[in-house]
Amino acid sequence: MVNFTVEDQEGNRQAHEAPEDMGLSLMEILKAYEYPVLATCGGMALCATCHVEILEGKDGLGEATDVELDQLENLPEYYPTSRLACQIRIGDILEGAVVKLRGEDVV
Amino acid sequence: MIHTDLCIIGAGPVGLFAVFEAGLLKMRCHLIDALPQIGGQLSEIYPQKPIYDIPGYPEVKAQDLVDNLMEQAKPFKPTFTLGERVDHLDKQADGSFIVTTSDKTHVHAKVIIIAGGLGCFEPRKPVLENLEKFEGKGITYMVKDPETFRNKKVVIAGGGDSALDWAIYLSKVSERVTLVHRNETFRGAPDSAAKVFDLANQGKIDLILSANLKEVNGNGKLDKVILEGKSKEEIQLDADYLIPLFGLSPKLGPIAEWGLTIDKNAIEVDTRDYSTGVERIYAIGDINTYPGKLKLILCGFHEAAIMMHSAFKFVYPDQKLSFKYTTVNGVNAF
Repeated sequence: MVNFTVEDQEGNRQAHEAPEDMGLSLMEILKAYEYPVLATCGGMALCATCHVEILEGKDGLGEATDVELDQLENLPEYYPTSRLACQIRIGDILEGAVVKLRGEDVV
Repeated sequence: MIHTDLCIIGAGPVGLFAVFEAGLLKMRCHLIDALPQIGGQLSEIYPQKPIYDIPGYPEVKAQDLVDNLMEQAKPFKPTFTLGERVDHLDKQADGSFIVTTSDKTHVHAKVIIIAGGLGCFEPRKPVLENLEKFEGKGITYMVKDPETFRNKKVVIAGGGDSALDWAIYLSKVSERVTLVHRNETFRGAPDSAAKVFDLANQGKIDLILSANLKEVNGNGKLDKVILEGKSKEEIQLDADYLIPLFGLSPKLGPIAEWGLTIDKNAIEVDTRDYSTGVERIYAIGDINTYPGKLKLILCGFHEAAIMMHSAFKFVYPDQKLSFKYTTVNGVNAF
């Protein structure tokens, strides 16, 4: 199990754990925990509705791909710490990370 | 006023297949979609992506599926209102409805079918104070008629394809076009980006890079856009129009106010016929929810077939519906 923290729109933090051996993405885990993430395109890095900010532990996650950056840089609000949750695989790299839900898409 | 048997809200794959199923039962359809083209998220978000779980197609490109669905629906002559959002739904004394769109198109229908997917795609808005105050008074998120911008001072914000394309187009029409982008480079189509830099060198576009929108001002109507530049300096621009182009995101929109039972942004339906709690309103595809719901196109197709058999009684109250196979009866075009 990997342990990480999610900060919601109101700034409330909650610790979570997720299995690293099921090939899940962070977006899928956020949805499973019933966070209000739309994930319109289902994880193809095409809609940017799973926009998150990695407040802590970003370096371990590696660089965003061009496809992901295409989406992120087109958002009205974009931060150096921005990522698409659908493009982050659950694994040891996420251990200890703090993820903040972003964006006007959260309903 | 457009008169039809069924008004389908949403022209995505499920809405299009619903036309076919309705047609088999001799019911006519009018479809309304907020996007300017049919196909819903398939055409808008991933037209070139393959889909692998459509029965009978080991692999099909999203746009090809939409094209085929349109071909399949064609014998039943569906009509469309595109680029308009459904804003109001008014029940009439005889049980029918009048639908009103954002552009005041009126559709009279005996039955309403909501096949709205995740909602209507609406433009993403920048977070700016007073933004709403100037919407329709200088701030617009879509270029519907380029003539609106003739001989005007226009500021476009964004760095994607549509920002580049409109900057190029409007540079020929407007008095002045300023393109504001937060980075030094563009991620849009390289050809378009090169053209924009070229036009900027010729003095036909003002290009302001590494800058962000900061404020909008005006007296009843937009007249100034204020940016924050690279070194946090303030840049003031005279502007008749600001067009922020930051892509689209789906919103449930006015559907949420129609008295339907909504759970987590989806409409609760009865799985016997995918009817909502309001008589003559059905919901099919990704926009509905019920125990065991799967948001799959193929599930939406199934829901469309079932619900049409239920809706028949509202369109032909005096007729008895008999179930027929297309292989036996063929497809009898209108």
